Amino acid sequence: MSTLQRDPEEQVQVLDENGGVVGEVPDLGDDELVEMYRAMRLARHFDKRAVSLQRQGRMGTYPPLSGQEGAQIGSTMALDDDDWMFPSYREHGGAVVRGVPLTQTLLYWMGHEDGNKMTPDTNVFPVAVPISTQILHATGAAWASKLKGDDEKAFICYFGDGGTSEGDFHEGLNFAGVFDTPNVFFCNNNQWAISVPRERQTASKTIAHKAVAYGFDGVQVDGMDPLAVYKVTRDAVEKAKNPGDRRRPTLIEAVQYRFGAHTTADDPTVYRDDDEVEKWKAKDPIPRLEKFLRETGRLDDESVDAVTQSVEEQVADAIDEAESVPRPEPSEMFESVYAEMPDHLREQMEDFEQLREQVGDEAFLRE
Amino acid sequence: MSTQNLTLVQAVRDGLYTEMKQDDDVLVMGEDVGKNGGVFRATEGLYNEFGDDRVIDTPLAESGIVGTAIGMAAYGLKPVPEMQFSGFMYPAFDQIVSHAARLRNRSRGRFTCPLVVRAPYGGGIRAPEHHSESKEAFYAHEAGLKVVIPSTPYDTKGLLISAIRDPDPVIFLEPKLIYRAFRGEVPEEDYTVPLGEAAVRREGTDISVFTYGAMSRPTQEAAENLSEEGIDVEVVDLRTVSPLDEAAIVESFKKTGRAAVVHEAPRKGGLAGEITAVIQEEALLYQEAPVERITGFDVPFPLYALEDYYLPSVARIEEGIRNAVEF
Ligand SMILES: Cc1ncc(C[n+]2csc(CCOP(=O)(O)OP(=O)(O)O)c2C)c(N)n1
Ligand SMILES: [Mg+2]
Repeated sequence: MSTLQRDPEEQVQVLDENGGVVGEVPDLGDDELVEMYRAMRLARHFDKRAVSLQRQGRMGTYPPLSGQEGAQIGSTMALDDDDWMFPSYREHGGAVVRGVPLTQTLLYWMGHEDGNKMTPDTNVFPVAVPISTQILHATGAAWASKLKGDDEKAFICYFGDGGTSEGDFHEGLNFAGVFDTPNVFFCNNNQWAISVPRERQTASKTIAHKAVAYGFDGVQVDGMDPLAVYKVTRDAVEKAKNPGDRRRPTLIEAVQYRFGAHTTADDPTVYRDDDEVEKWKAKDPIPRLEKFLRETGRLDDESVDAVTQSVEEQVADAIDEAESVPRPEPSEMFESVYAEMPDHLREQMEDFEQLREQVGDEAFLRE
Repeated sequence: MSTQNLTLVQAVRDGLYTEMKQDDDVLVMGEDVGKNGGVFRATEGLYNEFGDDRVIDTPLAESGIVGTAIGMAAYGLKPVPEMQFSGFMYPAFDQIVSHAARLRNRSRGRFTCPLVVRAPYGGGIRAPEHHSESKEAFYAHEAGLKVVIPSTPYDTKGLLISAIRDPDPVIFLEPKLIYRAFRGEVPEEDYTVPLGEAAVRREGTDISVFTYGAMSRPTQEAAENLSEEGIDVEVVDLRTVSPLDEAAIVESFKKTGRAAVVHEAPRKGGLAGEITAVIQEEALLYQEAPVERITGFDVPFPLYALEDYYLPSVARIEEGIRNAVEF
């Protein structure tokens, strides 16, 4: 049965906080379940290392994702290979599942232009920093696929609870409803938009409710339960491709919590209590899935250790690789502005290079 | 008058505090301005002092913030909305240019829009994508708006108070590179620095260099360096880029006959072109060399690994000034 036709106030759950089964376990093979676990561990470990790189001055401002792995990995694993992903800025855990290497994510937050460059076979849009602007692009790409008769693709778009307040959220979902586009709108409701609590964003009882006004399904899911997230996302992806008598788009509200700061520039102790953080930490998606997998015989101490070791290696390698990339050349600024570099830009670039040759890099680089 | 030694961002806060204290109609609104005190702490402590009705955390929606502020202003309040970064002002652009800028004109003076839109602006702090651009020219281009870009703590407080008291909408762009770069003496009392008046930061006879915001300091540094080579530079800090202090520009230029403009915003369509035009129109016969534009490049502001190359550095400013002087 589809999880999508239900009261938007009712939360879909498969695992309870202790990893006990309380819903219908999705149809995933043993390897896929273990892979789901590994991908969450990878995201968590990456996050820890990235925060510490920032602290050591080896990386710029970084937005941590710990606590949100269940939503990221559960949803991206529910996509088919040809589906498209439109991330916000916090989706690097899910991006790995969609084929974006960790090195690339590191380069982006280290301020390298190449960090935004997806390989041609990766259907992932660049990180969207201006809140909710990506929603319209996801609607437009989905709409284009429909106009072109590509019926086999779904387009998932991620944004936060705060993001639902922007006009672009309304416009993107409204177009999707009117033109019946194959979209999955995935709201990571992590309770906070920096220091502003969810209640300050909307007087609507749930975010999932908002879909009612756009004429399509809205569903709330326990976003820290990767199996539940997988299930609702999978149902939404399938419906996008085979709507039957329903509208293609779906709004998913994944209820979750960001354990850390909004970004490394933020101090959450100014606006939220430790008690609240502790309460949500009890719902941590990783031990939850781990317990389930251990209890069903899919993981044991040995395989957990192997996962630990392999994610640590993978992250360490990515960091080595990113840090061995040399500082980009100034010419990169001037490239890719237009298909062909106009004369005035070439002139600005050449003048700059000439001065740089005369006075040396030290005349420009601060620190 | 007693003074305090404040950073530029503290002067913003002090300006808000001072004006809120004496005028109940002034209120602050925006994303994270309340309990959090602003992501740069520009509104720190104001929430505790004035409460949730005057220091308002809004939903995350810039068009919503500025659009409702326009309604409030027309109704008699004096809102000071904060845009968290100037790079996130664009959702509010329609409200700013189609309404804030024109409400007086369209309603033939029946409705007015005394609001101040504040935003941290400019590059140089290793910020993520879309956090570093300088787009003052968009707003300076728009009739009905005033555009202020301070460069010292003293000016910041005085200009902000002037902006809040101004009967028309003001875009107040705060160079975040120098939010905490240095301190300056700021009176505790209220005082104003008039909008539309430039300040001569260094007198000189060989060339006039016009600048504002975060570029003011490297320009002064370049001027000092060049004085050792025998080039005597006058540095004029515009402080307000709309309206421009044309009289000050022309007066300085008539004295030196040469000019350069330094801004971190891109060159094409930037303020440097406007300043050059003023010089051409008002002082052509005094002109001894082309006006040098020392600006950001005509590229999207790069991610931070390249930003030091993008921003006009002391070396680029010196070179530009030499070009104009040696022409
Ligand atoms: C248009 C726009 N306005 C403001 C910002 C600054 N900003 C960055 S993240 C953020 C809060 C976002 O909250 P939410 O949508 O809940 O996403 P979360 O970060 O919690 O995942 C804000 C205000 C921005 N990036 N873009
Ligand atoms: Mg949020």
